[in-house]
Amino acid sequence: MKNGYLNNVTTLKMTSEYCTGCGRCIEVCPHNVFVMKDKKSVIIDKDACMECGACVKNCAFNALEVKPGVGCAYAIIMGWLTGKEPSCDCSDSSGDCC
Amino acid sequence: MQISSRELKIIETSTELTFQDIMGSWKARWGINRMNYKVEPGLYSVGNPNSDSPVLVSANYKMSFDRLRKELKGIKAWILVLDTKGINVWCAAGKGTFGTQELVNRIAMVQLDKVVSHRTVILPQLGAPGISAHEVSKFSGYKVTYGPVQAKDLREFINSGMKATEEMRTVKSSAYERLVLTPVELVGTYKMSLMIFGILFLLNLLGFGPFGFVDFYAYMGALFVGCVLTPVLLPWIPGKAFTWKGWLVGFIWAVLVNVLNGWPSVPQYSLLRALGYLLILPSVSAFYAMNFTGCSTFTSFSGVLKEMRIAVPAIAISIALGIVLILVSSL
Repeated sequence: MKNGYLNNVTTLKMTSEYCTGCGRCIEVCPHNVFVMKDKKSVIIDKDACMECGACVKNCAFNALEVKPGVGCAYAIIMGWLTGKEPSCDCSDSSGDCC
Repeated sequence: MQISSRELKIIETSTELTFQDIMGSWKARWGINRMNYKVEPGLYSVGNPNSDSPVLVSANYKMSFDRLRKELKGIKAWILVLDTKGINVWCAAGKGTFGTQELVNRIAMVQLDKVVSHRTVILPQLGAPGISAHEVSKFSGYKVTYGPVQAKDLREFINSGMKATEEMRTVKSSAYERLVLTPVELVGTYKMSLMIFGILFLLNLLGFGPFGFVDFYAYMGALFVGCVLTPVLLPWIPGKAFTWKGWLVGFIWAVLVNVLNGWPSVPQYSLLRALGYLLILPSVSAFYAMNFTGCSTFTSFSGVLKEMRIAVPAIAISIALGIVLILVSSL
């Protein structure tokens, strides 16, 4: 059964003019957000995006943009408590980590 | 002039997991020694590889390394283990320790160019959030190919000429895969649970004390609902937000607790107390279910933030109200 999460929240954006159709984003996306159409990558399932940032990091042409972050409530709580950006670095203090 | 050359260091490893390896994995799942379950970073060989054999990159979390090598029976390969501080590929990529710089440095440190004649490294796809493939090429001369998400598909990937199917590229999360993540969630809550028991005990001592065995198992049940039941049943529970799903199952648990205690037929068991449980238990489950977002494979930061902005205050208010009701009912 398919797992889905909240709709219309992801910060993923594509600037189509910069896309060269190299296909890297399709290769790295773990949730099949992109497909190739007319030699360009297009976003077909935006709500499946989990903002991992793999596509942005591997796009050599700056066609993609996302605010990468951890989809982890514990990290967000620690971020609120410590005033830092939420990250997976919870391990340093508590010995707990994903 | 003499050019000093460093010695090549290649560690031979096997595709067989020993009893110790399996025990180690099991312990890590329960949070025992999990943050120090490492292998040495460097270059490993499996099955007598030669200069044409593929180079597979992994993390130095021992469970990641073991998962990879056990899938390589009958395959000649090199394994390049990055120093990810004992963290798995996906989480290390998020932190950046499974990253471009570490990969480029590690390729140079093990002198990969003296070991293989080709210029390709195969990375696990889930390492991609930490790696810029084009930058790796620029700085090391090695081309990055992303392999499948799961090590079990590697054999097919290699045999089909380094082609991953869409199936291999997709992250899935089966009920079983979620189940194996729940022990560590449970173990992770013991501190908070002990604190809660401590407070209840103190309240008992101070004479506010209606708290007893019922409260204990009611709480433990709500904990189990949030940490185990909701994660395992995730896609079958209606709704999308994790807190909502946890709340819903927790609500069923709260009703059950009340009925088990004889409400409404037992007159000592007051309406206030029943309401108190209905306010507290589902909220406890919702809170613990919310924490499973960090273990899931499909929640985004923006999404989790959105649900938390509503859920966290709601949970706090609901629990506070519930405690007041239970205290009042015991006066």
